[in-house]
Parts: sequence; structure tokens; C-alpha cells
Amino acid sequence: MKNRIWFLVASLAFSLNAETILIRNATVMTVTKGTMQNGSVLIENGKISAIGKNINAPADATVVDASGKFLIPGIIDCHSHTAVEGGVNEGTVSDSSMVDIRDVLNPSDINIYRALAGGLTVSNVLHGSANAIGGQTVVIKLRWGKTAQEMIFEGATPGIKFALGENPKRQGYPAQGFGATGPAPERRYPGTRMGVEEVIRQSFLEAKAYQAEWKLYNEKVAKGEHAIPPRKDLRLEPLVEVLEGKRYVHAHCYRSDEILMLIRVADEMGFKIRTFQHVLEGYKVAKEIAAHGAGASTFSDWWSYKIEAYDASPYNAALMTKKGVVVSLNSDSDELQRHLNLEAAKVMRYGGLNENEALAMVTINPAKQLGIDDKVGSIEVGKSADLVLFDKHPLSGFSKPQKVWIDGHEYFDREKDIETRPEFEKKKKALQDKEAAAQPAPGRRRNGSGAAEPTAATPNQGDSK
Amino acid sequence: MKKTILFFSCALALTAATSNSILIRNVTVHPITAPEIQNSSVLVIDGKIVDIGPRLAAHQGARVIDGRGLHLYPGMINAATNVGLAEIESLRDTVDLDEIGTFNPELRAEVAFNPSSEHVEVTRASGITSVITLPGSGARGGRGGGGGSVITGQGALMHLDGWTWEEMAVKPSAVMEMVFPVLNSGVPRQFAALTGAAATSFADQEKQYKERLQHVSDFFQNVRQYRQAKQANGPDFRPDLKMEAMLPVLDGKQSIFVRADRERMIKDAVAFAEKEKVKIIIANPRELGTAGPLLKEHHIPVILGKTFELPLHEDDAYDAPYTLPAEFYKAGVKFCFGTFDVEFARNVPFEAAQAVAFGLPHDEALKALTINSAEILGAGDMLGSIEKGKLADLILTDGDPMEARTSIKQMFIAGREVPLQSRHTREYEKWMQR
Repeated sequence: MKNRIWFLVASLAFSLNAETILIRNATVMTVTKGTMQNGSVLIENGKISAIGKNINAPADATVVDASGKFLIPGIIDCHSHTAVEGGVNEGTVSDSSMVDIRDVLNPSDINIYRALAGGLTVSNVLHGSANAIGGQTVVIKLRWGKTAQEMIFEGATPGIKFALGENPKRQGYPAQGFGATGPAPERRYPGTRMGVEEVIRQSFLEAKAYQAEWKLYNEKVAKGEHAIPPRKDLRLEPLVEVLEGKRYVHAHCYRSDEILMLIRVADEMGFKIRTFQHVLEGYKVAKEIAAHGAGASTFSDWWSYKIEAYDASPYNAALMTKKGVVVSLNSDSDELQRHLNLEAAKVMRYGGLNENEALAMVTINPAKQLGIDDKVGSIEVGKSADLVLFDKHPLSGFSKPQKVWIDGHEYFDREKDIETRPEFEKKKKALQDKEAAAQPAPGRRRNGSGAAEPTAATPNQGDSK
Repeated sequence: MKKTILFFSCALALTAATSNSILIRNVTVHPITAPEIQNSSVLVIDGKIVDIGPRLAAHQGARVIDGRGLHLYPGMINAATNVGLAEIESLRDTVDLDEIGTFNPELRAEVAFNPSSEHVEVTRASGITSVITLPGSGARGGRGGGGGSVITGQGALMHLDGWTWEEMAVKPSAVMEMVFPVLNSGVPRQFAALTGAAATSFADQEKQYKERLQHVSDFFQNVRQYRQAKQANGPDFRPDLKMEAMLPVLDGKQSIFVRADRERMIKDAVAFAEKEKVKIIIANPRELGTAGPLLKEHHIPVILGKTFELPLHEDDAYDAPYTLPAEFYKAGVKFCFGTFDVEFARNVPFEAAQAVAFGLPHDEALKALTINSAEILGAGDMLGSIEKGKLADLILTDGDPMEARTSIKQMFIAGREVPLQSRHTREYEKWMQR
């Protein structure tokens, strides 16, 4: 119910925007084409149509005076579980490639709005890490107020989650600790890193055989022969897409041995790893990652929460960058996704990267990793008008987003958010009063300061790390 | 070869001569308790700050550091961590938190502080010179135990440098940690069916809550009786570790560090402190609500937890955790910052910066990382500012220590320069060679 009110408030506030917007006098940090002081950006039909010092506002344009403020491309998170309804892990099998995150997107997850308020505009929404081959994944735009279907990033290549190391093997020896799932009812293969390798190799052997069956069938049909189609296999279909380069592999990993293992399996089977996720020991095999052409999407400074994260170093992102890997910083968290710009600032301390390299970690680099860098990730003419206006330098800890646009639509405005709060509180109060009047349950206090504790704030949904 | 020897002997001579005197010159000094002073100097002798001023002369043999273009701040304090007691969160063998038992006031964090923990070097690399290490994880009986302890033991104020825990302890037994009883909401039957949890009514929960409060009250009553018996020193008197450990609390010499995250828990904790006549510090509140005037009136300080949190409720303002420190500030409550963890203990300056972005005055944030922490923890005469007579816990930086873009250049703990290298930099340097 509360959700629905948010919706109302949000859609009221955000439906009144113009298609043509001129953002004037901002420090425009394009990421790919340098930084322009007192720059202007013109948005038309959802796209960036001009960038320059002196752009005249078209007659119908809404003009945003951004004096003293900083404009950057919308932030992109290459590893998220936000907006996933229910659990993120189909953990009962070692290869769950048949399931698809697209089927369980919840467009009213409040964490979408909260992330938007932190400047996030695109998320790679992933299945969990409970199995060697996990479910199918989807890239979304944070179009708050729209349907699940409307949130899907048009034309973005879909993906599939792989997972190596402790999380997938934990199912083999259910134990306490961090990880993908709660207590597992029974042991499930694999329970070692060797088993994880075998699962992936075995699945791809099957996928190749399946691919060959279909190829043979299609050849027969093309020749006009009567042929019986092979049985459809929803588990192998996405793996065939991987083999054919139509689906990206996003592989959760920590240790250097397993990273190298997956590269060799992929080489052998003839597919590519698009991104290594977390990849906390990526710095030990940066050469091999770069040679394979994979991207690395890591944490800025997470470490020590489990043994495979004990060799983690916050210098990982900088080191891999220096060795030629395209690196992004991700959140894997409903909370961290709200300030990825600040995560990016850490690579300046840890490894001495410059401002532009830092910002690239959360804009153009994740865009490249997701194959959407022709549409988003930098401020360039022709790209989608996914933009964030910060009050101060976005790599300063003292900054915060003021406005966020996606496709030229304003989806967040801090002032409007604050303005709508009293009205929202009034509506909330009215509903609470109504409920209290309807159910005068003795001993159960629901409102205001005497409220009974609900369980902790919406937790990240059980995968992570 | 000769040159090397010459250099080596020079270095030796330098070390010998300067072990007790350091002059940091031409630096912007941020005393915290006074306005910043440009182009000034700070003189350190025998681990203490001896003088601050524009034209201090170096003692003979003093080590002179040119701070041109740099800033000198007091070392920051993380007022709530588990550093030294937990190494790898998911491996219980490496974690010494949450001892079994409901009342464990006799447990002392400092005696189990691992001076070789990798977290010591990692945490100090971001400008943090001391931490409070707590014996409890704050888990409410969840993962990692928590075991439902009410009094988890004594937290210690530790320097992040030293060969042994004894050398590191600035103030052993600084606080007594307590997890205030929680009043949970009931679990309705239909929800219980879904989650497998037992269905309970709110009335049941409230009853249990009152029982738990009574349990705490009984414990304090026992301690009082023990004190009387001790004073009477009758033939039946037997010393008891738990009871002994509580005496400084009853005498007002040790504050109870009360974990209380909700407004009502804060209010109940204050009522408890009034009733038992003990000093408390509210720890890790997630909301203030209408508790501000109460905290101010009773001069109860607060240790704020992470600013980077999600709002408590789905319909809270998106920035509620970000504006919380400013809310405490406006309420006139004295506070400092902690992270209540190990992994991100080094990020406490960034947590404070986020509060600045959302309304906390910049200088108040710096105070809450330095002098406020020291004062709240009873070490205001030793730490937290650049003042004559205080320990020389200093950081030399090229900018604001709350900014990730800033580099921490040098660090001194009680006048000793400590390296800023860690497992992290060593891995970096090693693997850059590959």
C-alpha cells in the first residue's frame, strides 16, 4: 500500500517534464571527451543532441541552471540484485541456466528509487551465486514508476551468471557463514572447486551436442528433408546462446586459480567470459584476464569477510587497469549502489588513478562490459540522455545528486523529493489512522514513536559477496 | 659500498638522535579544538605534543619534517569496532566475539586483541590511530552467535600500533558493552506459516520484553547487594569476578555502552540509566525520533553507526540515514562515529563525510571523528586534538582526511612514526612486478 503512494507521488512529480531540456553552466564531465567548465548540454527526444559552451535554448526547452554544479553520465552498476522479487538463488541444482531474472523483476522495489537518488541509472540484475551455472540475467534502466517490461534496457545483450569458489561449493557441505543461501537441506554436488569446473565443462559438452543436433536438423529442413526436431532443452538453450556469442557470461569469482580455470574451460569450449564479477584476486591474473578480453567488475574495498576474500586488496581495480583490463566497480548491494561515485573515488587513494579513470569505473567501463557503451556511459552527442547533476564534485564525499535523468526524463529531483514529504506524511498518517480506527486491536500499537519493531530494513536479498 | 656504509651509519645516527623529538614544520595545523593555523609547527617530545606555533626551533638532533603544502590533523578514532578480535568474519575460529552467557561484565576485550591482526595496519592506513574494540558483534542472536548476551564485556580503547596488546591499550576497560533488550513485533499466524517462524502475539513479545528488563534489573540488584556485602566484609563474603567487574559501573567510573537502535529502545535505555543510576553511552542508534531532548537533558552521548545504511522502513525518506547525524547535532546531543565492524573500520571518515553532504557542519564531523570520541570514551585528556600535553597521535595529509581522494602521507602514534603499508599495499607491490 505504501508502495502505491510512492508510486502516485513519483508519477505526479515526474510526469510533468519537457522533452527538450537545456542544462546550462555546469562542469560537464563527459568521461570520454574530457571535462568542460561552464558547459551546456542539450537534450532532445531523450538523447544528447548538443554539448558546448554556447548553446541557445530552443523555444520549447526547459532550462536548468547548473551553475556551480557537476554533470556526469548516469552511473552504471554491473552487479546488482535489486528489483528481484523473492530469492535470487535457484540453488537446488548445480546448473540453473533455465531460470531467468527477467521473470521476477519487481518494478516497485523501493531500492530502485533509492539507487536512482544516488545517481544510478542502469543495473545489471543478476541471479545469485549458489551454483556453478546460475540463472539468466538482465540489464535494466531505473525507470522508476514504469512496469518491469519497460525497465528492461532495450537491445542490451542478456547474460547468464556463473559462480566459482566458496558459494557454489558450499551447497556440497552446508555450513554456516556468508554466502548465497540459507541452510541447505541436503548436500548437493559440487563441494569442491574441481567439481565446479567439472559442472561447467559437462554442461557445455551437452550444450555443444545439443547445438549440433539442431544444426543437423536445420540443415535437413533447409534441404527439404523430413526431419524430427530435437527435444527443446531450456537448460541448454542459453548455453548455446553463450557459445554463439548472443549471451554474456558474468562469472562470480574470487581466487586466481578459479579465474584461470574458467578462462581455460572457456577457451577449450569456444566461448568468452564477458565479465569476471568480484574477482578480488584478479590482480594476480590480470594478464590472463586482459588476454581473454574479459572485463573485471570488482568491489572498491571489500575484504576479509571469508577466506577467499582474505587476499583482496583495494588496489585491485587500479592494478588490473594498469595491466590493461577494463575494470568497473559494482555494488552487489541495495545500499552500496546508492553511492558508487564515492566507491570510484577510492581508486584515487588506492593506486593513484586520476579523476577520469575513477569516474570511468562506474560509467563508461561498466557500459563497455555490458556492451551498451554505444548508448550510455558517457556524455556524447547521440547517446541516451542518462545524466546526473551533482551539487559538488562527484568524487568528493561531500557531494550528492540533485537531479537524475534517464532518456531525457527527469526521474529524480532532490528538491521535489523533499517538497513532497509533508504531503506524503499526511497521507501516511491518514492511512494509519484509518487502519487504527478499523482494527482497534488492544496491546498492538502501530503508529508513530511507539511503533513495534518490524524486522530490520529491507535486507539485500540473500546473495551478495 | 663506502657510500652505503656511510648512509647506513647516518641513518643509524639519525634514528638514535631523533627517537624522542620531532618537529613538523610549515604545515597547516588543524587542532580541532581551535581554528586551523597555516604555516605552523608542532613539536613532539617523548611521544607528547610539547608546543604548537609558527616559529618553533628544532631541538638538537630533532627529526625535522617539512610539511609544506600538507595538513596536520590529530589521528582519527573509530569509536566502535571489533578490530583485533575478529579476522575473517565467516570463520568462527578467527572470531572471538559474543562469548556464551547472558551477563559477562568480567570479559575484557584487550586481552584477546591480536596485535598481529592484518586489520590493524589496514585500518590505520586511512588515518585512524585508535579504535574502541568491543567484545560483542551486536548480533541479536543471529549469525555469528550473539547468543542473546545482555552484557557482553568490556570494550578497550586501543592504539593501532604496538608489539603487544598491553602496549596498544590506551584505555583498557574503557566501556562496559550492553545490548539493550529488544521488543520485537509479534509474528502473525499467516506470516509465520510462510517463514516457518513461530507465531507470537505482540502481547507475548511485550511480556517477554518486560521479563528481560526485569532480568537486567535483578542483575543490577545483585551487584548492589554484592557491594554491600563486600563493604560489610562479613565471614561469608566471597569475591566474584562478574560482580567485581560491575563495581566501576555502579560507581560511575565506567560508562555502559548501550546498543539501542530504535527510538523507544533509546528512551527505555535512558529510563534504565536513571533507575540504576549509571552512566550510559547510546550506541548505534538508527533513528532519533523524539528522543533528542531526553538525551540532551541527561547529557547522554551517542556513538553513531554507519551513515551508509538503508532507511529503516520502506516509506522513510531515501536519505534518512544520511541526515541522522545532522539530526543528532541539531538536537544538541554530543556524538562521535563508529562502524561497529572490522572490515570497514577504516571507512569511518567517509561515513562522516556523507553526513556532511546531508547537513552536518563540516567541522562538527571532524570533531565527531576526533575530540568527541576521545571525550565520550574518557580519554579527552590524552587524545583527539592537537594540544600541548596530549599524545602525539598525528596524521599528515594532502587534504581533508574525510575525502577518499586525499592521501594519508605519514602517521605518528604517541610520537612514533608508523608505516602505512599493509597486506593490501604489499600484495599490490608484489603483483605489480608480475
